[in-house]
Formats: sequence, C-alpha cells, structure tokens
Amino acid sequence: MPLKLVPDNTNIGFVRRRYLAFALTLLLTLGSIGLLATRGLNLGVDFIGGLTMEVAFDKAPPLDGLRARVESLGVGKAALQEFGNARTILIRLPLPPGDQTAVQKVVAKVEGNLKASYGKVSFRRVESVSGKVSQELVQKGALAVLLSMLAVAVFTWFRFEWHFGVSTVVALVHDVTVTLGFFALTQLEFDLNVVAAILTIIGYSLNDKVVIDDRIRENLRKYRQMDIGPIIDLSVNETLPRTVMTSLAMIVALTAMLLLGPDVIFGFTAAMLLGIVVGTYSSIFVSSSLLIVLGVKPRAVAVEKKRTAATGAERIR
Amino acid sequence: MLGFPNWKIWTIIGTLVLGLIFAAPNFIPDRVLSAAPGFVPTHQLNLGLDLRGGSHILLEAATDDVRKQKLDGLEEIVRGELKDADGGAVPFSDLGIAAGRVAFTVTDPTALDRAVETLRKVTKPVGNLTGQRDVDVAVVDGNRVTLTPTDAGIASATNSAMAQAVEVIRRRIDELGTREPTIVRQGDNRIVVQVPGLQDPSQLKALLGKTAKLEFKLVDMDADPAAVAEGHPPAGSQILPYADQPGTVVVKRRAMITGDQLVDAQVSNDESGSPAVSFRFDSAGGRRFAKATQENVGKPFAIILDNKVISAPRINGAILGGSGIITGNYTTESANNFAILLRSGKLPVELKVIEERTVGPDLGADSIKAGTLAAVVATLAVAVLMIATYGRFGVYSVLALILNIIMILGIMSVVGATLTLPGIAGLVLTIGAAVDANVLINERIREEQRKGRGVIASVEVGYRDATRTIWDANSLNIIVAIIMFLFGSGPIKGFAVVLSIGIATSVFTAVTVTRLMVSRWLTAKRPAALAI
Repeated sequence: MPLKLVPDNTNIGFVRRRYLAFALTLLLTLGSIGLLATRGLNLGVDFIGGLTMEVAFDKAPPLDGLRARVESLGVGKAALQEFGNARTILIRLPLPPGDQTAVQKVVAKVEGNLKASYGKVSFRRVESVSGKVSQELVQKGALAVLLSMLAVAVFTWFRFEWHFGVSTVVALVHDVTVTLGFFALTQLEFDLNVVAAILTIIGYSLNDKVVIDDRIRENLRKYRQMDIGPIIDLSVNETLPRTVMTSLAMIVALTAMLLLGPDVIFGFTAAMLLGIVVGTYSSIFVSSSLLIVLGVKPRAVAVEKKRTAATGAERIR
Repeated sequence: MLGFPNWKIWTIIGTLVLGLIFAAPNFIPDRVLSAAPGFVPTHQLNLGLDLRGGSHILLEAATDDVRKQKLDGLEEIVRGELKDADGGAVPFSDLGIAAGRVAFTVTDPTALDRAVETLRKVTKPVGNLTGQRDVDVAVVDGNRVTLTPTDAGIASATNSAMAQAVEVIRRRIDELGTREPTIVRQGDNRIVVQVPGLQDPSQLKALLGKTAKLEFKLVDMDADPAAVAEGHPPAGSQILPYADQPGTVVVKRRAMITGDQLVDAQVSNDESGSPAVSFRFDSAGGRRFAKATQENVGKPFAIILDNKVISAPRINGAILGGSGIITGNYTTESANNFAILLRSGKLPVELKVIEERTVGPDLGADSIKAGTLAAVVATLAVAVLMIATYGRFGVYSVLALILNIIMILGIMSVVGATLTLPGIAGLVLTIGAAVDANVLINERIREEQRKGRGVIASVEVGYRDATRTIWDANSLNIIVAIIMFLFGSGPIKGFAVVLSIGIATSVFTAVTVTRLMVSRWLTAKRPAALAI
C-alpha cells in the first residue's frame, strides 16, 4: 500500500483561522523589515564593491589575531567570516584606491604575510568588484526581481481575475521580505547567487499559488451556490496532499544540497529552503484567504468562463 | 487521452534517444571521444569558471581617452595641413585644445576660406546615412576656426578602438600560451576576458593593464629647470616621470618615431649580460629611425612606454640596421612581458579592470565534486519518496525524472550553454518542478479514484485536469526565467538558462513520457484496480 502523507478527504478550516494567519504574516513581515532596518544585510562585494579572498588554512586560525594581522598591513578594515568550515576564511577588504595593480599589490601583500605567519595557506578564490560594477549589479538584480513580480501580477490577472493577481503578489512580497529578513538575522553573505535564489523562490511560491488558484476557479464553477469561504477551504484541502508532497520533495532535495553541496552555494540553498517553507505557508494560509478579503464573487469567475470558453483560450493542453 | 498513434510514440522515443545521444559525450572519457569518428557528437557541457577554475576579468575603456586622443590627433593634423595647404601655407596663431574642441586663429583674413576648405577635406564621413562627418569645422568671431569632434565621430572612433583592443588583448593572451580564452566585447566600452584554468592571473592582468605605447622622443635640453620644477615645460615639450626611478625628464612632444612600426621584439642580453629587450622596425620604420638618429647624434633621447621614461640614452651614432636594444632594470620575466607587449601592439585606449573573479582549480574541483554528489543524493532521495508514495506511478515519475536530467544535459551540450554553480541549483529546482508535475497528476488520479471512477477514467481525467494546472504554472515560470535571463547578470543568467531548458524538458518528460508509459501498461495489463 503506497504511503499517504496526508489522509484522504481532509477538512481543515483554513479560512476560519485566517485572522490568525494574517496576524502572523503581518508579524513576520514587520519583524523582517525591522531586522533589515536595524541589522541590515551583510552585502557581499557584488553589491558594495571591494575585494574578497577565500583563504584555506592548514588549521583553523583565531579570527581576532588574523584580523589584526591583516589590518596591520594598512589595507583598510578587514571583515572576516568562516566559510563552510573553520579552516576556510573569507577575508573582505575595501577596494584600494588606484587601478588594478593596487588590488594586485594588496592581494600579494596579504598572501605574503599570511604565508609567512601561518605556513601553508592557499588562496582559493579572489574577487574584486569596483564600485561602478557593483552599482550596476544592484540595479540589475533589483530590476529582475521587480519585473518578475510585475510579470506574475499581469499573468495571473489575465489568466484568472485581478483578485488572484493581487493576492498572489501580496503573498510573494511577504515571501521575499521574510527571506531578506532571514539574511538580516543570520548575517549570511548576501550576494548575486542569493538574488537568483530569491527569483527561484518567487517562481516556486508562484507555482504553489497557481495550483491552488486553479482549483479555486474550478470549484467556483462547479459549485455555483456555495459561499466563497467553504470553496476556498475545499480547494486548499483538495490540493493539500500535492502541496505537502511537492514541498517535501523540494525540501529533501535542497537539504541534500545544503549538507553536501559546495560551500559557495550555501547561502543560496539556505535561502531557497527557507523560501520553500515560507512560500508553502503563504500559499495555504495567506493568498487564498486573501481572496475573501478582496471579495472574489463566484459569478465573476463564472462569467469569465463563458468568455474564455468561447475564444477557446482555456483549452491549452 | 490514453491512445497514442504510432507516429507519436516514435516521435517521443526519437526525441528521448536524441537527448541521450547528445548527452552521452559527457559520460565518456575524453580519450575515447577524441578517437571517435566525425559524425559522433562530441560536444561536452561547458563548465563555468566557478566550476573548473580560472579568471574572469571585466575591462572598461576610458572613453574620455578616445576623445582626448582624437583632439590631440586633430591638433597635429591642423598643424600639418595648414602648412601644406593648396596655394601656400596658411598663417595661423593660438592653436590649442579647449572645451572639447581644437581652435586656432587665422592671421591672414584672405586665407580663412582656404583654411576651412583644407580642413573640411580631412574630415571623414561617419558610417551612417545622415551624411554626418566625424568632425565639425566652423568659423567663429570672424577669423577663429574651431574643429569639434561630433558624437557620431567619437562613437565610431570608440567602436574601432574597442575592436582593435580586442585583437591586441587576444594576441597578448595567446602569447602567454593560455588555453581557449574567451574575449568578447560587452556593451559600448567593455571587454570580458575569461581564461579557464589560470592559476595566477597577476601576469595576465599586468599584460592587460598596459597600453604599450612605445615612443622615442628627443630630450629637451633647453628647458628652464626652475620652470620645470614648477611643472611648466617649454612650449612643445612635456615633463615625463621615470618608470622605475624618481625624477622626471623633459622631452619634446613630437615623437621621433613610435612603436607602431615594430615588427619584432625579443628578450636578449645587454653587454653586461643582464636581461634586455631587442626590437626591430619594418623597412620604412627602420629608415625613419636611421634618419632620426643620424640627425641627432650626440643628443640624448628618451625611450618611453605608456608615458613613462624607461631610459634616456645618448645617441652615439646613427642606428642604421632598423633594430636596437632597450636596457633597464629587467628580470627575465619582466623583459619577456615587455617583449610580449611590444609584439602585440599598443592598445588604442587605456583599459581598466573593473571586476575580477578568480577561482583556484582546487576550489573548482571541490565544487564539481560536491555539486555532483549533492545532485545525485537529492535525486535519489526524491526517487525514494516518490516510489514510496505512488508505487508503480512513482517508478514512472522517477524514470521521467532521470530522462529529464539527461535531456537537459543533452540540450545544454548541443547549444553550448555553460553550466555554472547556480546552474546546478537550477537543476535541482527543475527536478522539483518535474516532480511537482507528477505529484499533481498522481494526486488527481487518486482523487478520481476516491470519487469511484474506473481505472481508465481516473487516469484520463487525472492527466487532463492536472495538465491544465501544469501548463499554467510552467508558463509563469518560463516568463520569470526569461526575465531573469534578460535582466539578470552573471550567476542569475546561468541559473535562468538551466531553468528555461529544464521547464521545457520537464513538461515533456513528466507529462508526455509518463503518459505514454502509463498507457502502455494499462493497455497491456488492463488492471482492475490502481495501487496509487
């Protein structure tokens, strides 16, 4: 007998608990904004410009001593961070004034000094990004995120009703904000890879919402006389096995990535993992219940059905 | 819904086989591949620099430089053309560059038209249809002539300078003997250089950062030391610093000869045996060099690289052979770098490194290892979960999942897409999307079963209803992926590529291929009940 993660014919009253969900959502969102405002993001060189060196030591060096040593070279304020394990340290320095030879000199200086004091060290990765480039990367990253959200809103509006568009975008904004809050809380480095992760979270969370929206629309047409509340509950319950199964599969896959994957994408995977959990939560509790607040009418969807059926747009298969 | 005409079955199988064939080279050792006959596809997946190690360097040209050079060149042209104007030399004064234009005053009013006419002739049309030229020649205040480079003129000069810069960079990198570098222009004034497998990029960057403009100029012996100390060189002269020692030299602005006509430069040794660089001009350059040295025997001249004086020897006698030797404080390596710079020609504009990412080969190898392991474990874990949950249908889903990964690898190999670390993460997401499609289908079938529908009907309705949702969700994801590709940079792009390909293939494998498998099983076994 196959495994069933969710029993058949569940009938959980999601809608009834919507105010609790809204309150929690608001709390999470405000909390994240608060964290972003107070702690801020630990922005990587991609976004603030500067010099990063990933250095592998033979044995874990004491961070304070290492920082003092690097800063004694007169290369500016050093930010140190363990990277994956205690033996690998990420050293971040401000970009030295002048041209690239200056960067070269700083790297050589640090390398020479560390080799002299710590013996065997290897510079696994060196990245330097000028202020100009980092500014462009910020703009491009933000643009990609905003445009994705906009595209989502427009698409869901056309494909469903404007209510669905609004509720989906509200939920997505929540997902992104909470993920950013997580990065503010943990101070994991926020780099370009993480932006890719956020875009992925948008994509995944979207997937979840579309599946539920699809079912709500279907049920609205099927049960014309039913109230919107019970219809949403029915739809969320009907899709619950799928929601749980898919999220579980993603969580399993991402946990493997997180534990076994390369350190370079640790932040990326962590963001995705959190995003999946948050996205699943917002799909079940927030975006669908929000439809009631926005006042979706069974009639509106039923009328729309006639229109699309006539044009045949519904029959994409 | 479950009926498959034969042609459809064969198309599906054919597509899968093609994917398999194109993905195959990635699993075959290079040794075997190189021995394969020509018709066998041998394209392997391109690995990004983050995976195989190497250097990524983004260079930006100083566009102001181009304008400045254009103005400097223009000033020289004016000087020369007015002297050799048709109908006798045009008398002029106050020639100079100010506010982005070259201006001079014609002292003989009757020669004004002749001056303008002469200079208009040397302007060039810019390659567009409006008939615009690269320089505007105008008369202001009755007898003052201005020459202003137009925007189109600057743009066209920048464009050709960038094209030339790419060539020069390519020659320099080739001289290093580095394997398969990628050198491409990006935007109006940038060049991306990617060199895989480079352990230490410092030599590369040292080479890229140099303009390598070599000039031989006479030293100005008449300069007033007091004025020079205050930074005021005599008219027609300039003050240049030494490259590797303190102090400055005053030299004539006009070069005796420049390095453009060099045909060769090699490392050699000077009389004392220390490393030096020998050079040779082409025949025209050699004659000019001979003439210039002949005329100035006994005077010191400066050998200048990128506006820094390397050495300022005295001309002991005419150098007639068209070749010479440059000595300085060289090590064998720096002399070799210098020779490479001279051989590859000068950069038409100064290039600045504005972004650099270097990944050591160890880290790259570690990343590949960890990435592959994680991908395999992730796939296995998902497979176990799917089979435990959906039984036979789970097995079909897992088969589809593996076919999906193979298809993605195949397509990426054929189109020459690059797999980066975020790309591997994209692969994981794709696995998720593919699994989701099957979960949707299987859950729908379960629902229909609960409603008491028969086996065939459940499967049919399950596939039909789920497919609509899958299309909705995936078209949205494709839109997001395209936006990421268009507006994202670097890692985001790499991720978007895998995602777009993966979404397309996952719909095919997770929906079409599993449906074929299910339909074959149903037709063959005609089961009375479904264990799902």
